[in-house]
Amino acid sequence: MRNIRAVAANTFREAVRDRVLYNLVFFALLMMGAAILVGQISIDIEQDVIISLGLSAISLIGILIAVFLGVALVSKEMDKRTLYALLAKPVKRWEFLLGKFFGLVLTLAVNTAAMALGLYAALLTVKHSLEKSDAYILVAIYLILLKLAVIVALALLFSCFTTPFLAILFTAGLYGAGLFASDLRTVRGVNMDPSSLRVMRGVSYVIPNFQNFDVMGAVVHGHGVPGSFVAQATLYAALYIAIVLLAAAVIFSRRNLK
Amino acid sequence: MPQAAIETENLSKDYPYGFLHLKTRKSLENLTMRVAEGEVFGFLGPNGAGKSTTIKLLMRLIFPTAGTARILGKTIDDVSMHASIGYLPEQPYFYDYLTAYEVLDYFARFHGLTAADRHLRIHAMLKKVGLETAQKIQLRKYSKGMLQRVGLAQAILHDPQVIILDEPMSGLDPLGRREVRDIILDLKREGRTIMFSTHVLSDAETLCDRVGILVGGKLRGTGAPGELMDIQAQGMEIQFALTGPNENLALLAKATRAGDNYRVQVAEAELSKALEDLHAAGARIHAVAQIKPTLEEYFMHLVAADRAQASSVEVSGR
Repeated sequence: MRNIRAVAANTFREAVRDRVLYNLVFFALLMMGAAILVGQISIDIEQDVIISLGLSAISLIGILIAVFLGVALVSKEMDKRTLYALLAKPVKRWEFLLGKFFGLVLTLAVNTAAMALGLYAALLTVKHSLEKSDAYILVAIYLILLKLAVIVALALLFSCFTTPFLAILFTAGLYGAGLFASDLRTVRGVNMDPSSLRVMRGVSYVIPNFQNFDVMGAVVHGHGVPGSFVAQATLYAALYIAIVLLAAAVIFSRRNLK
Repeated sequence: MPQAAIETENLSKDYPYGFLHLKTRKSLENLTMRVAEGEVFGFLGPNGAGKSTTIKLLMRLIFPTAGTARILGKTIDDVSMHASIGYLPEQPYFYDYLTAYEVLDYFARFHGLTAADRHLRIHAMLKKVGLETAQKIQLRKYSKGMLQRVGLAQAILHDPQVIILDEPMSGLDPLGRREVRDIILDLKREGRTIMFSTHVLSDAETLCDRVGILVGGKLRGTGAPGELMDIQAQGMEIQFALTGPNENLALLAKATRAGDNYRVQVAEAELSKALEDLHAAGARIHAVAQIKPTLEEYFMHLVAADRAQASSVEVSGR
């Protein structure tokens, strides 16, 4: 645990010193611009626009960080050979991987929390007060964070056995496919034979189902999110991440460094 | 016979290559060697001989195709043995966003040192490698030589019994090389086992009790460095000063000149005559020294001389 904590803390420090959190400036400008704009047009959709735009930006910025930094977590350490001195310490390779994972998730959590504050500030600017239903935004943000953690785990897995470029492609591709995982399960193709349908259903259970984390539609319209949905999504993310990280650890533990 | 600190048995490493990785290149072949406790062991060989491969295998950065290795009696699969080992990678590179103090503090955490112990050890190490005044500067502003010192500091930070250094003199200026040599000798006096790789024989001659010579992935022999140096003397160098013109002195034709000072290389058999000629010309002799080749030159010569038998060449030693 001590080793994992040390690697995680250093990963967070690296992100801060490499100015990753500067993306918050972009988010702040976006929210300020949106607040001013919807304040001027004022056709009773200010809240919807701000929440929708804010959550989309939080998700998109998070995904970009999760994919690119997630892939760099291991590949950068291997390319720059900073890993050599570290693995010569009494550190197991899986401890290093877990530390890297938690370090980036911590970075994303801090980043997302800061953006959430920005979103509430923009909302307060256009509405002048907050309602109880606005608390559901936090649930949506929590689910976005779970999604980002899954993406980080996938990026970490791919970077353990392929080049950074391919790892980015694989992670982004799997994210794209995962947005339609539920649709793959329910597809009814006219010209599809039963075996193809079975394969498609099988694939839909293997790829990450990112629809499990999407509650933006409900939250934008002030609807609540059931606690059971959140619990299921949390459990799903935890299990999926555990399996992916286990695979990453098995691969990385056998990998020859350059 | 002292207990072995490092021992390998038929350690081999093949690297696949080609588009489908169907061909293999042997980087290390059946390395069987032993480094005794308290010994300074130099691992010598030309570039690409397999020195770094061996060290990476010992540090479990790469995995052997065949064979086994043990350090302090534990197999190299046992991560806990790393608590007693210090390692300096070749051309070390550390997190450039950290200061020297921070990087040492980071590494010290993996050894379970308390905050107070870490602080004390880090300051002692920074002092030892001469980085006290630069400890708060981010490593991205460090020179190659300074990074090498950080590498050395992190290798000995936790008071290890066995220290493995991959090309520790690389990138250092003469002063830095001298300081690293002094640190290695200090560590030897403290009874630690040190194994380091180099392709420069003078490093081995100064520091090592024994050396192992690796060429083409095979261990050609082990022995005391002095014996190896005598094998391949390439002649003598005379340093002298000469004022005024001396057109009749044939030696000047092959001498290099810096002001009134000259250097000339002659075969050992021609030394007496060369010295007589210089005396007759009124030269002041400053130094006469045996020319000792780098190991790479030695092996280039050896392999070129008898390529067909290169694989069976043995170097005798103690």
